[in-house]
Amino acid sequence: MELVQMQKSLQDYTKSLFLEGVLDSQFLQLQQLQDESNPDFVSQVVTLFFQDSDRILNDLSLSLDQQVVDFKKVDPHVHQLKGSSSSIGAQRVKNACVVFRTFCEQQNVEGCHRCLQQVKQEYYLVKNRLETLFKLEQQIVASGGVIPAMELGF
Amino acid sequence: MAVGEVMRMDIPAGGDLTVTSPELHVLAVDDSIVDRKVIERLLRISACKVTTVESGAMALQYLGLDGDKGASGLKDLKVNLIVTDYSMPGLTGYDLLKKIKESSVFREIPVVIMSSENILPRIEQCLREGAEDFLLKPVKLADVKRIKELIVRNEADDCKTLSHSNKRKLAEDIDDTASPPPPSSSSSSSSSSDDSSVEDFPSSKRMKSELSSLL
Repeated sequence: MELVQMQKSLQDYTKSLFLEGVLDSQFLQLQQLQDESNPDFVSQVVTLFFQDSDRILNDLSLSLDQQVVDFKKVDPHVHQLKGSSSSIGAQRVKNACVVFRTFCEQQNVEGCHRCLQQVKQEYYLVKNRLETLFKLEQQIVASGGVIPAMELGF
Repeated sequence: MAVGEVMRMDIPAGGDLTVTSPELHVLAVDDSIVDRKVIERLLRISACKVTTVESGAMALQYLGLDGDKGASGLKDLKVNLIVTDYSMPGLTGYDLLKKIKESSVFREIPVVIMSSENILPRIEQCLREGAEDFLLKPVKLADVKRIKELIVRNEADDCKTLSHSNKRKLAEDIDDTASPPPPSSSSSSSSSSDDSSVEDFPSSKRMKSELSSLL
């Protein structure tokens, strides 16, 4: 594929993630922090997010599977995930966490289980999308091109 | 210049104030590994030296405030600003703020609180306790730039105004303490301390005016 075509594909792909609400403007903030001196900043932060989230989701699953659910343990985990997803611009994950916390407050086990499924769904979605995005970037860089800056016009 | 040392200018009275931005050493405290990475980059890109720690306890340890009598050994690592998350396990950002303001050695270090939750009583509580500012997460580059400008400006002001104890006493006054501030030993004139009262709380005032426009 031609370099120009690859760059266009990347831009369209990224744009679609914003339009679908998978990512929000905080992701753009992160991209602004990336430059020649820190060319992998975004993927580094996102990788930390994936590792952190895998751990949190695992802990959440364990906590909710207990005979007696300790909401004092569950809520801080959700709060953490809400925070980190917000920091990287993973909007739908963040929003799912907000809903999750209301069910924690109500000590609604059923509701929490449903929320966990929802959070996991959104998380795997954004993970999949971002991994694709990084692959597209890598292809461009491997072909000797530069990653085009995101246009903020939408 | 040693690492972390703040460049202090001798400003002649009424003279030209061309201050090149000194490199601030910022201590960033956050239990989230993702947020630590982001705040570190935000600060570095804003030409600050950064040390990140993951808890209030570690922050106190770093400053030498944790009870070990090793504070003098950390003189070279002068911290110009502390940025801390509010919600952390163990010591919260608010607890950390209080401990710093209670310390005669470190009370002058500006402390900025970050939180993902826009809770007005929380913000007010932190500002009352002496926080320089309160940032809503996710933190953006514009937030960090604003904070840095504020701190640099305050540091430049400190060079030419009086004793730092005026700030603390004014804070106590605003807290409706009945007792008037004791006379400052190094004050040259009372009009100067009036000036510093305007300078000292631009951030709290700004936060408050921003808050009232939000309401």
